[in-house]
Amino acid sequence: MAVASPTRPGGKRKPTRFKRNLRRNLSAYGFLSGALICFAFFSWYPIIREFILSFQENNFVDPPVWVGFDNFKTVFEDSAFKPAWVNTVVFTLLALVFGYAIPFLIAIVLNELRHARAYLRFVVYLPVMLPPAVAVLLFKWFYDPGPGLFNQMLGLANLPGLSWLDSTSTALLSLVIVSTWMNLGSGTLIYLAALQTIPSELYEAAELDGAGIIRRIWHVTIPQTKLILAVMLLLQIIATMQVFIEPYLLTGGGPENATVSVVYLMYQYAFNFTNFGAGSALGLMLMLVLMVFSVAYLRISREKNG
Amino acid sequence: MSNLTALREPTVEEPAGPRRQGAARHRARRRRKPTTEVRTIVSAQQRNSRWGRRIYWATLIGVLVSFTAIFVFPLFWMVTGAMKSPDELAQMPSPFLPSKVDFTAYREAWDLMDLGLLLKNTVVYAAGAWMFTLVFDVSAAYALSKLRPILGNLILGAMLATLMIPTMVVLLPAYLTVHDLPIFHWDLLNTPWAIWLPAVANGFNIFLLKRFFDSIPRELLEAAEIDGASPSRILWKVVLPVSRPIIGVVSIFTVVNVWRDFVWPLLVLQDAEKMSISVGIASLSAQMPQNTLIAALVIASVPTIVVFFIFQRHIMAGLTAGSLKG
Repeated sequence: MAVASPTRPGGKRKPTRFKRNLRRNLSAYGFLSGALICFAFFSWYPIIREFILSFQENNFVDPPVWVGFDNFKTVFEDSAFKPAWVNTVVFTLLALVFGYAIPFLIAIVLNELRHARAYLRFVVYLPVMLPPAVAVLLFKWFYDPGPGLFNQMLGLANLPGLSWLDSTSTALLSLVIVSTWMNLGSGTLIYLAALQTIPSELYEAAELDGAGIIRRIWHVTIPQTKLILAVMLLLQIIATMQVFIEPYLLTGGGPENATVSVVYLMYQYAFNFTNFGAGSALGLMLMLVLMVFSVAYLRISREKNG
Repeated sequence: MSNLTALREPTVEEPAGPRRQGAARHRARRRRKPTTEVRTIVSAQQRNSRWGRRIYWATLIGVLVSFTAIFVFPLFWMVTGAMKSPDELAQMPSPFLPSKVDFTAYREAWDLMDLGLLLKNTVVYAAGAWMFTLVFDVSAAYALSKLRPILGNLILGAMLATLMIPTMVVLLPAYLTVHDLPIFHWDLLNTPWAIWLPAVANGFNIFLLKRFFDSIPRELLEAAEIDGASPSRILWKVVLPVSRPIIGVVSIFTVVNVWRDFVWPLLVLQDAEKMSISVGIASLSAQMPQNTLIAALVIASVPTIVVFFIFQRHIMAGLTAGSLKG
């Protein structure tokens, strides 16, 4: 090769190479500038500020004062603190029971069906497309202890009506039902896509070995979708622990704090009591808890790619 | 990347023969399709056995009925509920269908809650967010993927790291930032900027776009570079035309997210004049008669359902693109 290959940039002269690199970097940062500014202002800075706010007393008129762990103490001593965490955890666990295992089972069944697949896929995803506020307000009407849809149906079955959102024993469960209804579709479709990547030979081999349907699921389907199952578990925990819109629109945290959640309490601190310090402290605690799951998620998705 | 490239509509060749023949062939193709599918847990042989068939059809009917009851019936109840009179709504048991097809509640909802304004606001928020996201995130991902500047990997890492921070936990500092933008001291509350600019700061978009751009072969760009094309020209003429599928996914995600979002607009757009459709309806929900509120819910869900009808394949493919390969 007598002539330098044209695909090797800057092989000939040093100064042009330097100039070229400079130009490339300048234009790269030009392209990056818009996104960099938005990330800096609306993502990176708020994350840092979360830590700062948690340790300050700030009324946004006088200069902020560092108060150490006072905000955390305020939050700890709140009578709603314990119910908020307990409710959030119970809500997350209940949402997992309904919203984690059921979509997987639905996906398995849908994957076996040979008819009406497009319809079923469309229908299961329909509630996901509703604006969440619409879905929640719709269920608020269904939960009406008088002539709401659910009590109508109980009435048809000659069962006594429930007070749903108004009773401490059913309020949280009612929230879980709405939340599951409106989120079930995305999990189902993700599992369905994962199931379709399982090679047929594995099932054939399992069948030749005499494995029945249950054992085929146990020994082929689940191991083959193990990673996506783990990822979805973590993502769902992270998403449901941030529950806010359901208590905000349905119950206002009541009755008797039966549905107050951590994010709802955080919202109340900031916007009802204008105590952003205590609110941020609460947000920081939730962040640290959720980081555990985020880090686990990161490790699993690394393993999956590598 | 297979499921992203699969996003493109298959080019269906028009059959050359008379139309009826073409339709018949099309139908035949559709009917044949199920038999050629890959096997799943249950083998075709098992399914086609005497009992297999019975169980299969029983399951199919059971699934069809229960799915329709669980996912479609509530929507049916909503649409018809808005046509019922207050008396009919209060009855126990409530009539299955309204006594007459009556759209007065829809009219009332539109007028009383000023849904026209709320919808217009939401369109403005979604359209602006879409535009800013496309311009800023596409060019940023292009720079990170193809121009590879100094500190590029650090910036990419910092952008992707934001995915690890759940949005709700930084809600308060984000609100305060928008209330009083650092350095500039602008108050963006109750302006569209409060929706548009934070929408750009989406690590997931950067991730999807960058991964797609990484898969574009180098040779394609180098050929243009040798011809003396500037980076912006390469982006416009070479990268964008081949990136239509991923840009479609990002566009739909952005628009649908802004449209569905509740918490963020609840905080930053508290003016009744500036509210998004979800927040507007929720804020007025307590003062409205039952059927008016339900009619408003129907009107608010129509746009997203229509979008879903049109872009179904893209939305579903985008959903799995993010999580499966993430």
